[in-house]
Amino acid sequence: MADVTRAQVEDFLFDEADMLDKWQLPEWLELFTEDAEYQVPCMDLPADATPDHNLFYIADDRFRLGERVKRLMKRTAHVEFPHSKTRHMVSNVRVRPRADSDIDVTAVFATYRTKDGVTDLYFGSSSYRLMPADGTFKIRSKRCVLDTDALRPSGRISIVL
Amino acid sequence: MPLCVDGVLLPSHALIATQRPILLSEHGTCQGDAKLPKHGKCVCERILEMVPAEACVRGDNAERHPKATREADGKLRSQPDAESYNDDFKTLETSNMTPVARFESYRDFYFVSFDRNIISLSDYLAGAKEYIDLICDQTDSAMHIVPGTQEYSIRANWKLLTENSIDGYHAATTHASYFDYLGKTTDMALGDVAARPPGYGYDLGNGHAVIEYPAPWGRPVAQWISAWGEQGRAEIDAIYNNLVRRHGEERAKRISKLNRNMFIFPNLVINDIMAVTVRTYYPTAPDYMQISSWSLAPKGESEWLSKYRLHNFLEFLGPGGFATPDDAEALEHCQRGFANFQDVPWNDISKGMNSKRPIHRDELQMRVFWTQWNNQMFPAPASKKSSVAA
Repeated sequence: MADVTRAQVEDFLFDEADMLDKWQLPEWLELFTEDAEYQVPCMDLPADATPDHNLFYIADDRFRLGERVKRLMKRTAHVEFPHSKTRHMVSNVRVRPRADSDIDVTAVFATYRTKDGVTDLYFGSSSYRLMPADGTFKIRSKRCVLDTDALRPSGRISIVL
Repeated sequence: MPLCVDGVLLPSHALIATQRPILLSEHGTCQGDAKLPKHGKCVCERILEMVPAEACVRGDNAERHPKATREADGKLRSQPDAESYNDDFKTLETSNMTPVARFESYRDFYFVSFDRNIISLSDYLAGAKEYIDLICDQTDSAMHIVPGTQEYSIRANWKLLTENSIDGYHAATTHASYFDYLGKTTDMALGDVAARPPGYGYDLGNGHAVIEYPAPWGRPVAQWISAWGEQGRAEIDAIYNNLVRRHGEERAKRISKLNRNMFIFPNLVINDIMAVTVRTYYPTAPDYMQISSWSLAPKGESEWLSKYRLHNFLEFLGPGGFATPDDAEALEHCQRGFANFQDVPWNDISKGMNSKRPIHRDELQMRVFWTQWNNQMFPAPASKKSSVAA
């Protein structure tokens, strides 16, 4: 942890956001560890809710995250074919040490998605558990908590937040 | 956001069961459990007072809303400056919250109607009761709503979601990418989905309809897939054997191996597929609807079953799943197409009309819905006096 600066973490998160905006999803998937998780809980759940006992919007293990990526790169993922345009903005990044060698990172995000003349905004906070590796990081978990009361009017999370 | 009346916490979905502000309250508990006891009340208020749950637990809601406190059944308990009111104020019916016109339950599903003269719930549900029974009989405990509400929307007319929720025709094409995924979890060649053994569509009366059919996905109750491993096989076998013990082989098989997409007129869907989802939806504009979805599960199920049920739910269902977003996209495209309604003033739902027994990929169930909708929206004009024989 002593070696990790916020600037390094920010660079990593900005790169991640850039990959998502460019729809480089297979490359983005490489950012994750083999035991990684990606979660988006429902908005009426407490902060520490687990997908084992609560209904989420998204609760992917690494296998399903890989399948999500494959799906989103197919023509038959109708909602994202052709791909929407997105802008992932990441800010207010904070880095905290953990008892193990990983680090906890929190950030806020605002992601715009536009397609067919309709633009939706997704915003909230994200928390990451990052594993320092080879001068950069691997994502062990990523959890995005949306601030809106409901997924309205966007109606879907067809992109990666 | 949880609501409370007189210190009784209410789950957030107590509110959104309807577009009108309604409070469901429960005596004697301060837990946000979805299940209401038989004596639960359902009341309307002209002004809905929302109180944060924390304030409710502390008992200081009166401080935040110094208007009136109420009993859990909506009766007025006290109001500030009571001396400014007549002595009998508290005894007046008009001082109480107003119960909804009708509030009845079947197998712990609670229904509200604003029509005082509607037929009884049991008569209203008609043939749908048989299918609610099949779903609820999967456990000898009770069913409950798992915490977490998927609250989303689609920019399309609400009736399109009715069609979509009970349609077996679109799965193979609209959800091709889901079936690609499914093939990786089942160790089975899925083959041509359209060539699978059929199920059938049924008219359940009063505009309700269901399709019942076999499908290749895993079912927490109870169809094992290879992705669940040997522990999963043991869990699923135990659930199935328990079902056989309680219901006999034939009914156990029907409960666990067949899928049901059921529509209860006008806006309730209970789909017993790779998990059980309960879904209701309301239009707020001709081309926009708000949807709420929940996961229905046996109370007290094992850790394993809870985890895999929810995991299975999300693979297909909901706005972050591998299927629902494509449904939403398709419905929105349909909605745009309907801008041509003046030149193309119909929509074809005749599939299966040439068959004595329409299968689940036919459209009998759509016709059931639309016929009821049409009857209610455009009832036959009352006969005029001149046409009555003297």
